[in-house]
Amino acid sequence: MASLKELKGRIGSVKSTQKITKAKQMVAAAKLRRAQSAAEAARPYATQLEKIMGNLAAKVTISESSPKLLAGTGKDDVHLLVVCNSDRGLCGGFNANIVKEARLKAETLQAAGKTVKFYMVGRKGRPVINRFYPGQTMKDYDTTGVKNVGFPEAQEIAADLIQMMEDGQFDVAHLFYSKFKSALVQEPTCQQIIPVAIDTSAAANSDAPAENIASVEYEPDEEEILAELLPRNVNTQVFGALLENMASEQGASMTAMDNATRNAGDLINNLTIQYNRSRQAAITTELVEIISGAEAL
Amino acid sequence: MANLHFELVTPEKLVRSDDVYMVVVPGTEGDFGVLAGHSPVMSTIRDGELSIFATDGATPETITIQGGFAEVNEKGLTILAESVS
Repeated sequence: MASLKELKGRIGSVKSTQKITKAKQMVAAAKLRRAQSAAEAARPYATQLEKIMGNLAAKVTISESSPKLLAGTGKDDVHLLVVCNSDRGLCGGFNANIVKEARLKAETLQAAGKTVKFYMVGRKGRPVINRFYPGQTMKDYDTTGVKNVGFPEAQEIAADLIQMMEDGQFDVAHLFYSKFKSALVQEPTCQQIIPVAIDTSAAANSDAPAENIASVEYEPDEEEILAELLPRNVNTQVFGALLENMASEQGASMTAMDNATRNAGDLINNLTIQYNRSRQAAITTELVEIISGAEAL
Repeated sequence: MANLHFELVTPEKLVRSDDVYMVVVPGTEGDFGVLAGHSPVMSTIRDGELSIFATDGATPETITIQGGFAEVNEKGLTILAESVS
């Protein structure tokens, strides 16, 4: 059994750990609220854009001349996986889950004989991906210098992606991030962003009746608007992913830290009981020694 | 005359959602004013000033917007702008 002094030391160290996890939990709770409202505020734009995209895509026929973002490069050989992670740890399985999802996809793609490349956003996923797929990371996008990842960053990432697409560095791009369901549940998600996966049912389901869409006047014309819209759509998707990721990170962090705080509490209780027991045992032994000493006289 | 329902949306948030009299939109092919009951139009926007007339003849309120597009449908005018200043 550990000595009293050792036990005291351990209790002290667990207590200070608990203080840290508790502080982190409260910070995450405060940030979560902000991140969540940011994610919600971005939704009207995304839904509007999606609706318009659906309407337009239903009208434009895909041909040789249509933009690459819509029609693809005509090949399906090189896949780019855009993996969005966070810059900080202490958030449970958040980063690991996203990386796991990306690796799953990479494995299936490689098994099918495709080339897989990576584009990393955020600091935490890099070492893992580099270890499993050395030399396949094309670019790291550094977000450590930015406090709140926002639209300008999304724009840069999207511009990067489009540039790489135009240089013929990849054919299909998938975006990996964690979808925010609730503070307890975050779902790692894979989404194809290039070429744009157009949900034609969105157009059919949109509340404007078909004859109304037909009578819409386009300025300049459908193709040009679509060409404008496609890069913007990539922007919005990346931005949405970043926001979801931020909210998820805080949610995961909050849950993980809550668990850690509770575990630390349990540990402190156990150690305290152990400490008191051994203290009492020591006192009892001492008393027994004194009594037996007195009896011997 | 019924008022025009006008929404200005940026990626960050819904900036305005109002019923107004008229909005003048800086389209790529020229400015155009939208009143209630305007026929459906979709247009790209150049960087410029959006003038919002709350009532007929009122002094317009201007908002500078960058990039995006405008959609007019039977429900009103929606402007998706990249940024607002």
